[in-house]
Amino acid sequence: MAGLCESVPGFLCKFPAFSDASVRAARKVIDDGFKSLVRSYINAIDALVQPLQWFLNDLERLFVNSPWPFVLIVMLGVVYFGSRNIKITIGTAVSMFAIGLMGLWNDTMVTLAMVTVCTLIAVLIGIPIGILMARSDRVQAFVNPILDVMQTMPSFVYLIPVVMIFGIGKVPGLIAVVIYAIPPMIRLTNLGIRLVDKEVLEAADAFGSSGWQKLRNVQMPLALPTIMAGINQTIMMSLAMVVVASMVGVGGLGKNVLQAINNQFFTVGFLNGFALVAIAIIFDRTSQAYGRRLQKHSEVIHG
Amino acid sequence: MVSHAIEVRNLYKIFGPRGGDYVDAVKNGLGKAELNQKYGHVLGLRDINISMPAGGIMVVMGLSGSGKSTLIRHINRLIDPTAGEVLYDGVDVCRMNEKDLREFRRHKTAMVFQKFALLPHRTVLENTVYGLEIQGVSSGEREKRAKEWIARVGLAGFENHYPNQLSGGMQQRVGLARALTNDADILLMDEAYSALDPLIRVDMQTVLLELQKELKKTVVFITHDLDEALRLGDKIAILRDGMVVQQGTGQEIVLNPADDYITAFVKEVNRGRVVNVETIMAPLSGNPEGMPIAKGTVLESAARAMTSANQTLAHVVDEAGKPLGALTLSAVIAAMVTQATDEAQAA
Ligand SMILES: Nc1ncnc2c1ncn2[C@@H]1O[C@H](COP(=O)(O)OP(=O)(O)O)[C@@H](O)[C@H]1O
Ligand SMILES: [Mg+2]
Repeated sequence: MAGLCESVPGFLCKFPAFSDASVRAARKVIDDGFKSLVRSYINAIDALVQPLQWFLNDLERLFVNSPWPFVLIVMLGVVYFGSRNIKITIGTAVSMFAIGLMGLWNDTMVTLAMVTVCTLIAVLIGIPIGILMARSDRVQAFVNPILDVMQTMPSFVYLIPVVMIFGIGKVPGLIAVVIYAIPPMIRLTNLGIRLVDKEVLEAADAFGSSGWQKLRNVQMPLALPTIMAGINQTIMMSLAMVVVASMVGVGGLGKNVLQAINNQFFTVGFLNGFALVAIAIIFDRTSQAYGRRLQKHSEVIHG
Repeated sequence: MVSHAIEVRNLYKIFGPRGGDYVDAVKNGLGKAELNQKYGHVLGLRDINISMPAGGIMVVMGLSGSGKSTLIRHINRLIDPTAGEVLYDGVDVCRMNEKDLREFRRHKTAMVFQKFALLPHRTVLENTVYGLEIQGVSSGEREKRAKEWIARVGLAGFENHYPNQLSGGMQQRVGLARALTNDADILLMDEAYSALDPLIRVDMQTVLLELQKELKKTVVFITHDLDEALRLGDKIAILRDGMVVQQGTGQEIVLNPADDYITAFVKEVNRGRVVNVETIMAPLSGNPEGMPIAKGTVLESAARAMTSANQTLAHVVDEAGKPLGALTLSAVIAAMVTQATDEAQAA
């Protein structure tokens, strides 16, 4: 091959890149421009994220400062009434006891608060976007590629602009997690609404439903099982992302894992890892069982 | 409530992005096949003119793909026409604005669907109140009215069942109760019974006829089954490739089929259940003889009445009891089997 390279013009051999100097100059212009842009809007940005900060702090304080038996009972209640399944409830109790015995209770609570807030925000933003996408092919054609980029872009990469804009801390971490976890919420809301039986929709039209009545009485209820699957995936992805987000200052189990990596603390790493897995399984089983219960009457049987 | 007739006038529907461009060509004789091959548009309806009787059952019949669903969906404008008008009480449904159309659908029409189209996440009662809920009727009032209709269609006790816990026949009763609870003048039924088993279907036809005696709604009933059409229809229109090939009473169609297509359709029909005695009666000569038989009685019932009364002679009378014509048992029976004789001759 080397021989071949000598006999052809140079630009076919080595890819003709822009010169280092010009790339450096362009990079500097963009970076500086972005930084000064952020600096000039810093107050607005702070005001915007302040409510998030309060909400997150309050919830975290509530989870961490409440007596553990109280938190545990509420949690078991949610799991039981969500899943109506005693096995899942007992499994939850056992895992939470194990977590407490290992001294990871507080870190787990911090992570739980984070995941709860992230999921809430993802749902609040994701469902309306999903509805808009379902109502308009134009919006769908516009949003889908953005979601594709969000899902394929390595999460480390978009930590960079997030940190540049919001700095280091919990809220930037939260924003990064939401960006990472929101695509399935949007996609499955859109899909669920688009899959609603055309005949049932036609019936709603024939009785004179307005657009809003159709959404409320037909589309959302029939899409709900699919939307629940979206919420389930969003929770799972938030849990995965809180570990990565610990690099920008999010506390909890993820931070312990990060420290364990840096210091080669094998046992600590695994214990925290397992605690995350336990929470993930609890969330997953509960939300899936809840989704199945919703679906009970939804399959249409003709004849 | 006074029922109004529905007038369909010069209605055209051409499916496709530029349907309007081809109306003139279709008016000048462009056919369905050619329109599809050359221009990629589908001819749904072509120059439909039907006057649907107020307070009566209008049956639209035709094979699959003949445009029945397309036609009935123009009456509540689930489909927009390419040209033409649909008049109800003097108003063109096709020209209503969005708000008027919604009010029209809410208060004047109700629809029953072939595949029931019930809301699977709602109970029978919650499905039945749907129309009133959309209208904004208070929940106490709408449940009271819905329960009455659920009982009328024979589903009392099933109010809290979900659709997927019911058989097809029962689901369609829910569909019917949902439509009737709306208390609308126009009842649209698109192959409402086609998905049901034959016995249940006859059952549901009886339910409809019973209710109609008292309600006198303007019913538009779609079917591909001639027996069903003849049993239910005060008037029948037969569609083929989006065109009306014949319309009239069941008897008119059976006795004078307009073309080979309809002849083939009516060949297997039991004429004894369609043809009326006044159609075959002979002029009175002298005093009426034998037993009186009411005008409008079908041949089969007349033959049964005469046989069981051991009479070979009878005369037809009108509502006032005035004699109109004479009948003999042999003439009645001959008229019932004429079709078979025709076939025997042909063979
Ligand atoms: N939305 C549509 N787009 C294109 N063609 C359609 C559409 N709806 C119906 N058609 C066509 O119009 C014709 C009549 O259809 P339809 O009214 O459903 O028939 P039927 O109810 O008598 O079986 C058929 O050829 C069908 O393929
Ligand atoms: Mg049809």
